Amino acid sequence: MANPSDRLYTKSHEWVQLAGGEATVGITQYAQEQLGDVVFVELPAAGKQVAAGGVLGNIESVKAVSEVFAPVGGEVVAANGELEAHPELVNQDPYGKGWLVRVKATGAPAGLMDAAAYEKFLAEESH
Amino acid sequence: MSDKTSLRQREGLIFERSSPGRVGYQLPPLEVPPADPAKTIPAGLLRGEIADLPEVSEVDVVRHFTRLSKWNYSVDEGLYPLGSCTMKYNPRINEEVARLAGLAQLHPLQPEDQVQGALALMWELEQALIAVTGMARVTLQPAAGAHGELTGMLMIRKALADRGEKRRVVLIPDSAHGTNPASAVFAGFEVVEIASTAEGTLDLAAVGKRLEGGDVAALMVTVPNTLGVFEPEIVKAARMLHERGAFLYMDGANLNAFVGIAQPGKMGVDALHINLHKTFSTPHGGGGPGAGPVAVSDSLVPYLCVPTVEKAGSRFTLSYDRPKSIGKVRGFYGNFGMLVRALAYIRSLGRDGLKLMAEGAVLNANYIRKGLEADYHLQYTGPSLHEVVFDDSLQAASGVKNVDIAKRLLDYGFHPPTMSFPLIVHGALMIEPTESDGIDELDAFIAAMKAIAREVRESPDLVKGAPYGTPVRRLDEVRAARQPVLRWQARKA
Repeated sequence: MANPSDRLYTKSHEWVQLAGGEATVGITQYAQEQLGDVVFVELPAAGKQVAAGGVLGNIESVKAVSEVFAPVGGEVVAANGELEAHPELVNQDPYGKGWLVRVKATGAPAGLMDAAAYEKFLAEESH
Repeated sequence: MSDKTSLRQREGLIFERSSPGRVGYQLPPLEVPPADPAKTIPAGLLRGEIADLPEVSEVDVVRHFTRLSKWNYSVDEGLYPLGSCTMKYNPRINEEVARLAGLAQLHPLQPEDQVQGALALMWELEQALIAVTGMARVTLQPAAGAHGELTGMLMIRKALADRGEKRRVVLIPDSAHGTNPASAVFAGFEVVEIASTAEGTLDLAAVGKRLEGGDVAALMVTVPNTLGVFEPEIVKAARMLHERGAFLYMDGANLNAFVGIAQPGKMGVDALHINLHKTFSTPHGGGGPGAGPVAVSDSLVPYLCVPTVEKAGSRFTLSYDRPKSIGKVRGFYGNFGMLVRALAYIRSLGRDGLKLMAEGAVLNANYIRKGLEADYHLQYTGPSLHEVVFDDSLQAASGVKNVDIAKRLLDYGFHPPTMSFPLIVHGALMIEPTESDGIDELDAFIAAMKAIAREVRESPDLVKGAPYGTPVRRLDEVRAARQPVLRWQARKA
């Protein structure tokens, strides 16, 4: 699966898509592959303030529990409630129905990569 | 498999064996009039209905659990190469000693002059652990490794508070045991993860950079690390930390790799826990409980748990005179029965025997590494000590993952290695044979792993469908985690 070019990526394998002042955040195809079958997703409640680079939540797979970091800071507007009953959406559709949270971004994201740069980063990582 | 229908294979739940009215013992008729509970017991303490307990006879119970026990796999049955866990054989002499009436039947509230032998034993174990680690003193109280981590980190926190410092950050490498960050957070610290170097070892430059903030309380590091590789810069790391007023906590889970060869005290370690159920052969898990004594340097001695055992002449006492102590972390004096077993092990091996034990563990791990390195990929190729971490990348092209290899190993009669840990190795298969097994068992294990590698090349679906010869076939771990059924409930009639 290609990484969509309509969003930005972090070195910790989150993606963020900006529309207006709102940022939708999820984890990448690579991240979900590395995690394996996701069994539980812990997300912040709406209204919570998160700092860019701070811990946004946790994703638990059969292998491990991993932290998800916020690519942008701001106030959480919504968390994907679907994931409570269907955590497998993170595996099946990481760039669509498997989104994690929407954040009202307080600043422009810094230090993120576009899809091409992220793919280059992945290629280097695997060496 | 031919015996799939044997009674042993079909063993259900004890609840399913229940038959109304069946009892273990027929009691004689009462010689006194029965009392009505509603009249004798306060209403608030009366339960409405009797719990749904199985109604079974004594022989039903014994046979059920005996059959279940045959599904088990244990260190008494064969090689148990669960990496990081150090599943070594538990010598029977330990059990013999722990069952001596003078030890087994002690009461923890007996007066000191009646338990001089028990106190002497604790004192002697502390001295032995001091000799092994080169540290100043040891508390025997913590009940497990992670409990030891928490105890050590609480002492560090108290020492910092004593200096009037509010350092919040604990540095932990990304190869650490998951308990390290959990213990640090539980002790009130914030965790900052340090990425490992390309060789899988501690990144000293990254540690140095983070220390400049002045807010680092400690570094928690496992030596040898979770790849089974010795941290070559540990002495330098200790010096850097101490220059910045920070502490070095060593996770001693892998101490079995260098007992009698190197001492954490000489490396500059300030606190480390010692898993008696790993290095010193006391039982694990269900056979436990565990014990995780914490050894400390001079700087942390004032903060040790109370009571400590002190020796004055030929007399031993329990001392509570430690005004800066973090207090107690466990009822009474820790899991005393485990202390007895650990000392029995130490005394029966002796100084030279303990060193041989560590050398044997390292030799066995390297024998397996050599035996399997043509068939399984090694991401980090630094010299192995007591364990070796392969991964599944050579098998990935066939669509076979570490979990498939582990399940197939069950068909060959071995307990699988640790999987998917440490996290810095994708698809990890972490093998720790310990010193317990001889070359025949190691060769059988290597042959099984090689046979599986061949099966992956020739018929990968066979491996992906494993296991075939176990009481139950492959379980749906994902569904079990997503839709856990945690409680048995009677089917509605």
